[in-house]
Amino acid sequence: MYKKRLDGRKPSEFRKASAEVGIIKNAVGSARFQIGKTSAYAAVYGPREIIPRHKMSAKSGVLRCNYNMMPFSGMGDRVRPGNNRRSTEISYVTESSLLPVLDLKKFPNAGVDVFIELDQTDAGSRCAGITAASLALADAGFAMKDLVVAVAVGSVDGTLVVDLSYEEEDYDAPVVDIPFAIIPSTGEITLLQMDGKLSQETLMKAYDMAKKAADEIYDIMKSALKKRYD
Amino acid sequence: MLKCKDKEIVVPGEILCEGMEFLPSYGTYRADKVIRSSIVGLVNIDGKVIKIMPTSGRYFPRRGDTIIGRVFDITMNGWRLNINSPYSSFLTMMEASSQFIRKGSDLSKIIPMEGYMVGKITNVTGQNLIDLTMKGPGLRKLDGGVIVNVNSSKVSRIIGRQGSMIKLIKEATGCFITVGQNGRVWLSGEAKNEVIAINAIELINEKGHKKGLTDEVKKFLEKETGKKLEVSNV
Amino acid sequence: MNETMKKHLQNSLSNGIRLDGRKLEEFRDLKVETGVVATAEGSARVKLGNTELIAGVKMAVMAPYSDRPDEGTLMVNTELTAMSHEKYKLGPPGADAIEIARVVDRGIRESHAIDTGKLCITKGEKVWMVGIDIVTINADGNLIDAAGIATLAAIKDAFFPEYDGVNVDYKKKTKKKVPLNSEPLPITVFKIGKELVLDPTFSEEEVADARITVTILEDGTLCSLQKGGNATFTRDELDKATKLAIKTRKNIKWN
Repeated sequence: MYKKRLDGRKPSEFRKASAEVGIIKNAVGSARFQIGKTSAYAAVYGPREIIPRHKMSAKSGVLRCNYNMMPFSGMGDRVRPGNNRRSTEISYVTESSLLPVLDLKKFPNAGVDVFIELDQTDAGSRCAGITAASLALADAGFAMKDLVVAVAVGSVDGTLVVDLSYEEEDYDAPVVDIPFAIIPSTGEITLLQMDGKLSQETLMKAYDMAKKAADEIYDIMKSALKKRYD
Repeated sequence: MLKCKDKEIVVPGEILCEGMEFLPSYGTYRADKVIRSSIVGLVNIDGKVIKIMPTSGRYFPRRGDTIIGRVFDITMNGWRLNINSPYSSFLTMMEASSQFIRKGSDLSKIIPMEGYMVGKITNVTGQNLIDLTMKGPGLRKLDGGVIVNVNSSKVSRIIGRQGSMIKLIKEATGCFITVGQNGRVWLSGEAKNEVIAINAIELINEKGHKKGLTDEVKKFLEKETGKKLEVSNV
Repeated sequence: MNETMKKHLQNSLSNGIRLDGRKLEEFRDLKVETGVVATAEGSARVKLGNTELIAGVKMAVMAPYSDRPDEGTLMVNTELTAMSHEKYKLGPPGADAIEIARVVDRGIRESHAIDTGKLCITKGEKVWMVGIDIVTINADGNLIDAAGIATLAAIKDAFFPEYDGVNVDYKKKTKKKVPLNSEPLPITVFKIGKELVLDPTFSEEEVADARITVTILEDGTLCSLQKGGNATFTRDELDKATKLAIKTRKNIKWN
């Protein structure tokens, strides 16, 4: 059993998190979200005409997310720049995690681009990216039902813990990583992935822990958005 | 029951009130028995109506708006302009001038590529295409000068009540200034006065949602120009 | 920018006035923070006015080039991110990104600022590769100078990771620094009309007719030059520009 967490945290405790918005002046909206040593920037451009034009829709604006790790942001070797299969998949699930709260019907035949760049990673990077993206979209003035908060819960050697660090992901025992993205006001899930073996009951417990952490992270996000106008 | 205060900053998802007492307006939505905000902005409670004044700068083109456009394409019969909106806006030859423009003339001589103009929106079509005119008082091509981009939600503060704020800046700096509803300001004057005008406008852009702004701008202008100024209160 | 606007700006400049109140040779506020990326062997964040970028150093052990069996390698790459300006698109570096990387690279390489011999582990078999990646956060003009400052600061911040002869342990940093024996810095002088201007904002850069990047060592020696833009420099302008760059290099300071 994984009794004491490697960095001393309680099972329900996420790493020290902080958020800032409006930090990229050229973008329509922007944010930086840090959790532990994982840090993600997000910048929003648009709505604007997108190329290729056949990707546009006459019914609604189109959301395009691009997740990218800066070359020096990996835990080991340099990360070769450019899209790869992992970043393509993360970009795709990031889009699906944000669309449920966005109303893009006011922008038919236009696209909204969200660029997510990780300057350093220590596990939980896709969650940090989604959280930063949600902040950037709100900062850009888009109408949203609510913010989207993403946080991972994991099972390390049978113990459920919130916000795994890289060390924990790498732990010498069975580890299950479950990234969640949740709409705080309703508890609805917009992102859910899982790798590893888990019982159904444990999954439901994991959701409860993720929801609780998401509510706390939402407060951090809320303060960051308000702080800009103080 | 109200859960927020007037002029408070709120974010998407935040509960503004519980129960059916209030009516949700711009920037809000009703979900179950609460009204929540859908954008980042300032709460505005007007009787029983709650709406949110957005803090972001997105410009929504509306018929009748005076805008500053920039040419990005010249076609056979007109100009396509960027007006800080996701959609194309078009100025036809006919709407550019009361004088007759012969077919086949070089339109770039009237307004060049990358040229700026002050126009009025005459129509926003169902497909979000925007028609412009340059015929009308004050509408014209803009020569020289400097463009300052501002948050379009701050335009009314830059103009001020009955134009009092913009008048103050014009008087202090002697610059010609035109403010577009689409968040573009054009100004032209003596170089050192342009710098002062730009700083004053950027001050309003930064702090436009706060109280005491007119006084702050007046003090700033007096300090920079050495002139004694008066705010015209109509 | 159209012709009448450009003339208007040139007129202001010829009166010594810039729209943000600076003098023609004045740099914006410069802030340099090092050690900002925990996963890099060395790093620096540069804020030059509203231009912001990060340089990160990553090191790896590889086989040397066959024609230089006892020398390590240096590699500089620039990413002009789509997040930093609406005109940048996703995709591999374009000519502008490549130019920045190569100019910064040459400044270090041609001045022998890094003694690549000291990067050799086993002749003919294993050498250190020092890779510097420059990534833009917000692009508002004068990227070459900002990149050059960030690169130098990141190299000075870098420590070799531990290497046991087989694997590099990136989690363990040694106390050994990258051997830097001089400090080349690029200063780019821009020509707008007839005026020479330093550290332009994005909109000032748009109306620049030509530019020259002068990479200079601490003692004022030139170690690399790059002219850009479609207009020309006269002999007199070259003389003035290089003198201005050398004077400016002397006064650039960060903690």
